[in-house]
Amino acid sequence: MIVKAVSAIAAGIGLAALAWILVVVLGHGAAALNWEFFTAMPSPPGGTGGGLANAIVGTLLMTLLACVIGVPVGILTGVYLAEFGKGNRFATAVRFLVNVMMGIPSIIIGLFVYTILVVPAGHFSGWAGGVALALLIVPVVARTTEDMLALVPNPLRESALALGVPHWRSTLQIVFRAAKTGLLTGILLAVARVSGETAPLLFTALNSPYMPRSLSGPTGNLTVTIYNYAMSPYPNWQQTAWGASFLITIGVLALTIVSRALVREKVR
Amino acid sequence: MSATLKDVTTPRPQTAVPIVAAPDAAPGPAPTKISTRGLNFFYGDHQALFDNSLEIPAGSITAIIGPSGCGKSTHIRVYNRIFQLYREQRATGEVWLDGQNLLGPGIDLIELRRKVGMIFQKPTPFPLSVYENLAYGLRLHYRVTRSELDQRVEQALRAAALWDEVKDKLNRPGTALSGGQQQRLCIARAIAVEPEVLLMDEPTSAIDPVATSRIEELILELRKRYTIVIVTHNMQQAARISDFTAFFYQGRIVEFGPSPELFTNPKQKQTEDYLTGRFG
Repeated sequence: MIVKAVSAIAAGIGLAALAWILVVVLGHGAAALNWEFFTAMPSPPGGTGGGLANAIVGTLLMTLLACVIGVPVGILTGVYLAEFGKGNRFATAVRFLVNVMMGIPSIIIGLFVYTILVVPAGHFSGWAGGVALALLIVPVVARTTEDMLALVPNPLRESALALGVPHWRSTLQIVFRAAKTGLLTGILLAVARVSGETAPLLFTALNSPYMPRSLSGPTGNLTVTIYNYAMSPYPNWQQTAWGASFLITIGVLALTIVSRALVREKVR
Repeated sequence: MSATLKDVTTPRPQTAVPIVAAPDAAPGPAPTKISTRGLNFFYGDHQALFDNSLEIPAGSITAIIGPSGCGKSTHIRVYNRIFQLYREQRATGEVWLDGQNLLGPGIDLIELRRKVGMIFQKPTPFPLSVYENLAYGLRLHYRVTRSELDQRVEQALRAAALWDEVKDKLNRPGTALSGGQQQRLCIARAIAVEPEVLLMDEPTSAIDPVATSRIEELILELRKRYTIVIVTHNMQQAARISDFTAFFYQGRIVEFGPSPELFTNPKQKQTEDYLTGRFG
């Protein structure tokens, strides 16, 4: 009885905190959003109006790059762990590594990429930002892929093999299909996770007030913009930071809802 | 598992051969289709089968009965080497099929598994449409044109007594069928690639009684074309449909013989005890 009450209160506090965050972010942020926010470039400090077109494009580009690199590596790692490396030492080591990677603070990933990409190149770049985000995506996707493939019943694998289907083909054409919503969910959650990351970009992509023409220079992005603008003394920048916070929150929320809907679809 | 990848090394039939019914069983003792000699099986350090020797007659139904955990399924899982999916499982001894030792080197597993089909306890339709469930295996093993494919899918569904029920839902997911229909779909999928042997691992234990009797009828029908080995918990089922029965106990084959004999007049005390329900 007491345990029930205490845990219910704890759950209530958690939910209240989340609701509070949403109300504050949405309340302040919604006011900052308008057409200009999406299409215009940032206004100078102390000015009026202006938008974050550069940061929105930069964030989208780097997230896309991170997916292009991170999702295949993550999926294949998960496939190896679930389908081919069962019980061997290498797989055990990889699984351990994946778990460790999930726990590494993202700022360390940022510093790591800074050392291997930014320092040798001599400047910050969107490429480095995408790589840092990819390193965050890999373990999440690998883990969920392994878990989702493990949920596929063994008789399905066996019946494909028993028909003469080679193991790799049965994995790609039968087992993947059986697990596809789960795999997609894992990818969406990984994207949701990295789209709010600031620390790994601070050391890699940095930020930029210009529209990205390529990813080879410092690249504007929403999270570092929030960091910079929210700390600034200029009301118009603070307002823009709220708008960017709103945008990210809604984006993450949408990704989470879509992935949940997919899971529900699968259960049905 | 590099052996599974050598699908190019053995020539495959270039065109589809229509399914032709074999003539009814010739008089006299049937020739042996699968001959097992001194088969031992291990799950890691645990030995599950001991010195199994068994001659499966061609063109007949052989039932394997015995209490849970006696090694029935383990035994037939050697015939298509499906156990190899699991690193820790291994078999020693000889299993001869058409003059080849399946446990010897140089076996083309893809061709072996075309020849030796398998039906599992729970229906396992692929997450594909009804049509694709059959076409998938056909495309894998044969080079067929679109119309040949249509024709062979229909033939296999008819052979599995499923055509009339699914001909209007060929594009629906195979998983949307009922349990009994799913199991017949799996049988159709197995026979579509024209195997010679069908292994059935308790094919009706997850299926309701009405659907079970339909599947039993189907199995009897299929005997004309294939050598069938069926593992079953259900002694009545074994007595109803099988020509021969092997009784397994604790990983050993206690008795093997024509079913009517084994069920009415068992030679071994253990067989009799099991049949009369004294254990198991």
